[in-house]
Amino acid sequence: MILGIDTSLGTAVAVVEPDGVVRAEISSPDPRGHAEVIGDLLVRVLAEATVSPAEITAVAAGMGPGPFTGLRVGIAAARAFGTGRGVPVVPVPSHDAVALAVLLRDAMAGAETPRFAVATDARRREFAYTIYDGMDDDGLPVRVAEPALSARDDLDATLEVHGARRLDAAEVPAGMLALAAARAQAAGRTLATGDALYLRSPDVAAPTGPKRVSA
Amino acid sequence: MHVNRTEPLVLGIETSCDETGIGIVRGRTLLSNTIASSMDEHARYGGVVPEVAARAHLEALQPSIDAALAEADVALADLDAVAVTSGPGLAGALMVGVGAAKALAVSLERPLYAVNHLVGHIAADILDADAPPLEYPTVALLVSGGHTSLLLVRDLTGDVELLGETMDDAAGEAFDKVARLLGLPYPGGPQIDRAAASGDPDAIRFPRGLSRASDMDKHRYDFSFSGLKTAVARWVEQAEADGAEVPVADVAASFREAVVDVLVTKALNACRDHDVPRLLLGGGVIANRRLRDVALARAAEAGVTVRIPPLSLCTDNGAMIAALASELIMAGRPASTLAFGADSTLPVTEIQVAEAR
Ligand SMILES: [Zn+2]
Repeated sequence: MILGIDTSLGTAVAVVEPDGVVRAEISSPDPRGHAEVIGDLLVRVLAEATVSPAEITAVAAGMGPGPFTGLRVGIAAARAFGTGRGVPVVPVPSHDAVALAVLLRDAMAGAETPRFAVATDARRREFAYTIYDGMDDDGLPVRVAEPALSARDDLDATLEVHGARRLDAAEVPAGMLALAAARAQAAGRTLATGDALYLRSPDVAAPTGPKRVSA
Repeated sequence: MHVNRTEPLVLGIETSCDETGIGIVRGRTLLSNTIASSMDEHARYGGVVPEVAARAHLEALQPSIDAALAEADVALADLDAVAVTSGPGLAGALMVGVGAAKALAVSLERPLYAVNHLVGHIAADILDADAPPLEYPTVALLVSGGHTSLLLVRDLTGDVELLGETMDDAAGEAFDKVARLLGLPYPGGPQIDRAAASGDPDAIRFPRGLSRASDMDKHRYDFSFSGLKTAVARWVEQAEADGAEVPVADVAASFREAVVDVLVTKALNACRDHDVPRLLLGGGVIANRRLRDVALARAAEAGVTVRIPPLSLCTDNGAMIAALASELIMAGRPASTLAFGADSTLPVTEIQVAEAR
């Protein structure tokens, strides 16, 4: 039983069976307040799934991209839950979950999915985007370009160059995050390093020296 | 949830500033005090950068938890409760600890105690195995890079009053800033101390903030260090303008004396005004030898007993957070609900946050 946690946009949690059945999935769209809601959401999703913490065999952690303050809450929670139960934490790029949802939906409908980009608000007039093209034999989305940032007004032009249809996402489905983790585990693959996908440096400049106070 | 209320085994998580602290206590016994600091990463910026600190917490938490468990020789399954700092502190840094603590508590199906960082500094004293039990009431002076607070503690788990605090910079920050304008590296405390060793503390009379008779009404126990910092900068600039070589040792010693004087004077005023012959010192700046020496000497003259926890428990740490939660548990207090967040300005009167009804 896999627990998925993502706080790259709102706060999303899910419990998924290894074969992909989503037992329970809850999210709070609040783009702030991740630290406030994460505990109650975890308790609720386990209760709805009628799963005890001891039955969780892996934790999928949404690694972003996402605004850093919120993003860290979910990663910290995923790691702590994994430590608490002594089970592995599987890092998953958050956009992979959105992409998997799109690909599964189209596959179910028997439709082709042309190359597309998952785009999410990165604040400061920027979008984070990742480009995908189809699903591989392990049932995982094929990333053709890694997560990157684009100025809000430049995104469409950038995606046109890549020939990718734009797909804006306002939330990350934690069930799909957990499913991606399950499939990666089954295939013995890693989807991301353990590093948060901040995509931005911490925004600081070294001081130039003391300012004068005398006139 | 059943909780062992005698000698509970508690793991505390502290991430309010630049130290990732994991502490484990059993009742009042310290089992581990594991600290990972991101101080070196802040050095080139001359002060703690919140985003740098928060990123470092995320990376340091897991290894610190593992190290603390190994040192304490306990398993997570043995824990009776998890404790975490809810505030005050840097919001983004606090959130890392809060997110981790909640998930850890849920995963272990254990109660979570969300507590006040400043009160935690006082609780650190309880872990001093060599000291006699803490007596109430006591005045507490907490001095660090993040805070300068004067508290009246009637009961660690139930009654802590804020007497005064800094209106601008924390004392530790003032050390950092003055070190910088003297061309000394970060962190400033030890650097100023070293430079001051050969200096004359009475060479220059720097101002004592909020110490005039006119300040005594409204700000009797409050502190201000930004005026002092500006006075030092002016003095140095004037010396440079005069073409004189800046006597770094004298400036450092005189600046340090001004800080120490105002801290100790106000703390002992609080002891006298409240008829409390006990003073507890806490926070990282207590590592400053001159502050300890002056406090001990002047307290002795005033008939006040001074308590200083071991220095490893004075800097920010998780053991003090675990110790405070342990006291709350032994006092029969219910756990916190999970409905709390990081509160960067949590008042000291809120010893425990989101206590269940
Ligand atoms: Zn502190």
